Amino acid sequence: MKVEQISIFMENKAGRLAEVTAILKEHGVNIRALSLADTADFGVLRMIVDDTQKTDLILKKAGFTVGKTEVVAVEVMDTPGGLHDILEVLREKNINVEYMYAFVQQNSDRAVMIFRFDDVDTAITHLSARGMTVVPGKRLYSM
Amino acid sequence: MIYDMEFETLPREALEAIQLKRLQATLQRAYATVPFYRDRFREFGVTPSDIRCLDDMEKLPFLIKQDLRDNYPFGLFAVPKENVVRIHASSGTTGKPTVVGYTARDIDTWASLMARALTAGGAKRGDIIHNAYGYGLFTGGLGVHYGAEKLGATVIPVSGGNTKRQITIMKDFGPSILTATPSYTLHLAEVAREMGVDFRELHFRHGIFGAEPWSEAMRRQIEGDLGLSAVDIYGLSEVMGPGVAVECHEAKAGLHIFEDHFIPEIIDPETGKRLPLGEVGELVFTSITKEAFPVIRYRTRDITRLVAEPCICGRTMVRMEKVSGRTDDMLIIRGVNVFPSQIESVLMMISEVEPHYQLEVHREDSLDILTVKVEISQKLFTDEVRGLQNLERMIAKNIKEYLGISAKVRLVEPKSIARSEGKAVRVIDHRRL
Repeated sequence: MKVEQISIFMENKAGRLAEVTAILKEHGVNIRALSLADTADFGVLRMIVDDTQKTDLILKKAGFTVGKTEVVAVEVMDTPGGLHDILEVLREKNINVEYMYAFVQQNSDRAVMIFRFDDVDTAITHLSARGMTVVPGKRLYSM
Repeated sequence: MIYDMEFETLPREALEAIQLKRLQATLQRAYATVPFYRDRFREFGVTPSDIRCLDDMEKLPFLIKQDLRDNYPFGLFAVPKENVVRIHASSGTTGKPTVVGYTARDIDTWASLMARALTAGGAKRGDIIHNAYGYGLFTGGLGVHYGAEKLGATVIPVSGGNTKRQITIMKDFGPSILTATPSYTLHLAEVAREMGVDFRELHFRHGIFGAEPWSEAMRRQIEGDLGLSAVDIYGLSEVMGPGVAVECHEAKAGLHIFEDHFIPEIIDPETGKRLPLGEVGELVFTSITKEAFPVIRYRTRDITRLVAEPCICGRTMVRMEKVSGRTDDMLIIRGVNVFPSQIESVLMMISEVEPHYQLEVHREDSLDILTVKVEISQKLFTDEVRGLQNLERMIAKNIKEYLGISAKVRLVEPKSIARSEGKAVRVIDHRRL
């Protein structure tokens, strides 16, 4: 039920992000979702891609520091309060969200949110128990 | 075991009497035979007869690396050329190489001191010594070689390189002592692993490693990976070569300096003033038995301190701590002396591996600002910004705690710190002083 996310350490330098996307383009990797967290000096680029193994390999080969993290993808109704329903469950169960970002999906009445929890398994158990749809990695990579 | 029981355990008073006698003889000879020393002494208004006790040494001028280069190649030799039986030279990575010479008696003295050093490291007659220090102009290979023969051990003069063949020789000949640089030793261990050879199943008991600075963390790694007891040996070609000082395998707590041949001093690298025993500063050596190439107050640029407490091994000679840095790299930040190696130790505590780092200093409103750039590694990386910021804060906190200076720590991308000839450039000083 978990999704693998690739993360890269990047210094805040002009053109650095383009270097990453150039490598991905060259190897035919498709970015499914992306978020960038940054400070004054450095940032962390997080991505869901269609081929995690390959991306890990080519980026490491290009000299990047690459991390792989397990995250959880949850379907959200594309209506007011959709996200709130999920967060409500997490609040009740006292599950901490380290960070979250949205997944791009076309022509659908549902959105997908990517969550990073400190306790992934507990989160999945509680979300599933409350009828939330946790999207498995396999489906997500090819969405 | 002690090789030269009489001299290595001399009581202080007797040792100092010998030192003074030998020092005076060396000064007389250098003054009489080397124009450089005569001119320099005159410039300082001092003659050999002014040195009546060991403390009088402070009146003597220093000898620095540049003096050796200025007198390239044989200008500082104190004997006629036909009495010189051996030449060695430093690699000269920064300018001309420095050339040193030895008489037959110098070679014999050196061999005896290396026999002492090998014994201190755990070697004895009958041992097979795998000597992987380079043979050639570098003093390491031949220095160990002559010492091993003097000791009555069997020496394999394998030198450096051809690593796979070295592993085969180790398997087939069963050497019990390894002598090499610590970095080549780790390379040997790696190649052995690739060849499916377990170092710990070979016959090694002791290793004597030197010719470059190495840390306690490296000692643990070498001892663990190779299954032997590792000691540090110190020397430099200008002073003699390996065998100026060595750790005993019993204590592994500082290197015994063979003071009956070399007088050590610790000075403040800024002022040149002699520092009290136990304080950290630049190590200075005076050779007192060498014939062909005497050195008087030679500034090694190595940073260490001397320890006079008696050692459990029984040797009475003073110990120097592992060299903690080089004066070339020293930075003065808000009046505090900082060596890159100190920052390195702090980083080692956190990552357990040697990280790539660089120190940058600049001045803001007449205040020195130190920035420590640390290359992120796969091991230190986390995808949470907060985790990375905590890492920066933790490094800064440790630097403050151990070195007493505030530093801004910045994580940077791998390989982003410039390396010249494989070595990282450790210090960039933007200040206009």
